[in-house]
Amino acid sequence: MHPEQARALLASTFGVEVAAGVPMVVSVAPDRWQQLAQYAKDTVGCRFFNFLTAVDWKEQGLEVVARVDNLDDNVALMLKTKLGPGVTTCASMTPVYRGANWMERECFDMFGIHFENHPDLRRILLEDTWEGHPLLKSYAVDTPHPPYR
Amino acid sequence: MLDVNKTTRVEMDWAGPERLQMNMGPQHPSAHGVFRAILGLQGETVVDVDAVIGYLHRCHEKLSETLTYAQYPSIASKTDYVAAMTSEFAYVMAAEAIGKFEVPRRAQYLRVIVAELQRVASHLLWLGTWCMDMGGALGGGATIFLYCIREREDVLDLFEALVGARLLYGFFQVGGTRYDIPDGWIETCRATIDRIDSRIDEYEQMLESNAFFIARTKGIGVVSRELALDVGISGPLLRGSGVNYDIRRNAPYSSYADFQFKVPVETAGDCFARYRVRMVEFREAISIVRQALDTLPAGPISSRPALKSVAQIRIPKGEAYARVEGPRGEVGSYIISDGSAKPYRMKWRGASFSNLAILPHIIPGHKVADVVAIMGSVDPVFGEVDR
Repeated sequence: MHPEQARALLASTFGVEVAAGVPMVVSVAPDRWQQLAQYAKDTVGCRFFNFLTAVDWKEQGLEVVARVDNLDDNVALMLKTKLGPGVTTCASMTPVYRGANWMERECFDMFGIHFENHPDLRRILLEDTWEGHPLLKSYAVDTPHPPYR
Repeated sequence: MLDVNKTTRVEMDWAGPERLQMNMGPQHPSAHGVFRAILGLQGETVVDVDAVIGYLHRCHEKLSETLTYAQYPSIASKTDYVAAMTSEFAYVMAAEAIGKFEVPRRAQYLRVIVAELQRVASHLLWLGTWCMDMGGALGGGATIFLYCIREREDVLDLFEALVGARLLYGFFQVGGTRYDIPDGWIETCRATIDRIDSRIDEYEQMLESNAFFIARTKGIGVVSRELALDVGISGPLLRGSGVNYDIRRNAPYSSYADFQFKVPVETAGDCFARYRVRMVEFREAISIVRQALDTLPAGPISSRPALKSVAQIRIPKGEAYARVEGPRGEVGSYIISDGSAKPYRMKWRGASFSNLAILPHIIPGHKVADVVAIMGSVDPVFGEVDR
């Protein structure tokens, strides 16, 4: 699929502005997150799962960002959804992309985002007893942690 | 005092359906770092795997929010310490993309030269350690390892002459490179890559005429094309599974568009296919270095004034994702800038993290000994997995 064609399709299906460029940024409401992933995979042909992460926009809340690629046609999508202030739940991408499993675990570990229906949501990089989620802006770099308190 | 009569004896039913939980790691030599695989065994066969990572976690992403664009590149090399040049490359490219900084042509060529030399060094370490992991079957196993380390030392000598360091470089900086090549370096470099080029044939002969090597790699750890894309593995693993994709060719960055090179693709998806891809990549990397040395343009190595303070580089608000084809696959840096001297948020897309995520999908059904061969063929570097 040509990038321009993909852009027009995404804009009309999800009713959002999609800026041209590499990657194309598609920002949707959280309730359409999984639908967007499914659409990107099946219709746009983005079968390569690149990464998933989040951004803490302080009082505006968390934003989940994922990138998927259509390697055959060089179409790259940056999928985004703003969860809103204080919201820490998000739909999981794991039913669509198996690669989302570890990435969402990392996101849960670092930001405390609970991905609904994730098959195995637990910390991945930090130990299970760790308190807090380090990549939140409210978590100071020098926050003490046992046994180093 | 131990009372022998009171100890209880546990009968283990080896033929029955009982499962044995076995910890492989965190200090297992074949992990090439600290990695713990909790294997569920039924006899000698692995039935499930729980991969435990994070032992080397330093939270690079948080760290980068506290370090400026001038400071971080040399820290970036500590993510994938076996291919430090490529991690620096990704980070400075992302910063340059937001700041729209020009990079002089000479610097672009130098970047490609060091990135490709790094690929050779990294693949040498992979080949040596992987063959040693498979051990006794390869005539003592350490033979190939010692040969590979010998060659890798030569490449590290080149880096030492260039930067002064052998493992973690800080060669890249936003807007160009930090150092230019010293006198006589080009000649040494040519001699080194010629020597390595001739020896790769020797390794290939040694390995591919060894029936044990073939038996332990062919048909082992098969990754289908569909699974490869879905999990997001990249680099030699992706190309070993029949996906013809290389960022250097499909989305050329720096000066890769100026060079001719082949992208090896194998369709089998097993350990042997991944080995074949890397063996061809050795030669292509050497060929790119030769081409770049032949046509190295003169001129400045940086478009930015020399660094006088750590907060000197400021980039406007914006975000960019830059990716490079590292020895292990797609190394990406996603930077969100708020207009200050430090990133607001930086995400590392470590190739090894995604590549390692394939293990739980492919290991079940194999014997314990094959786990070692599969893990080696994935070539994870735990600095990059845990970041």
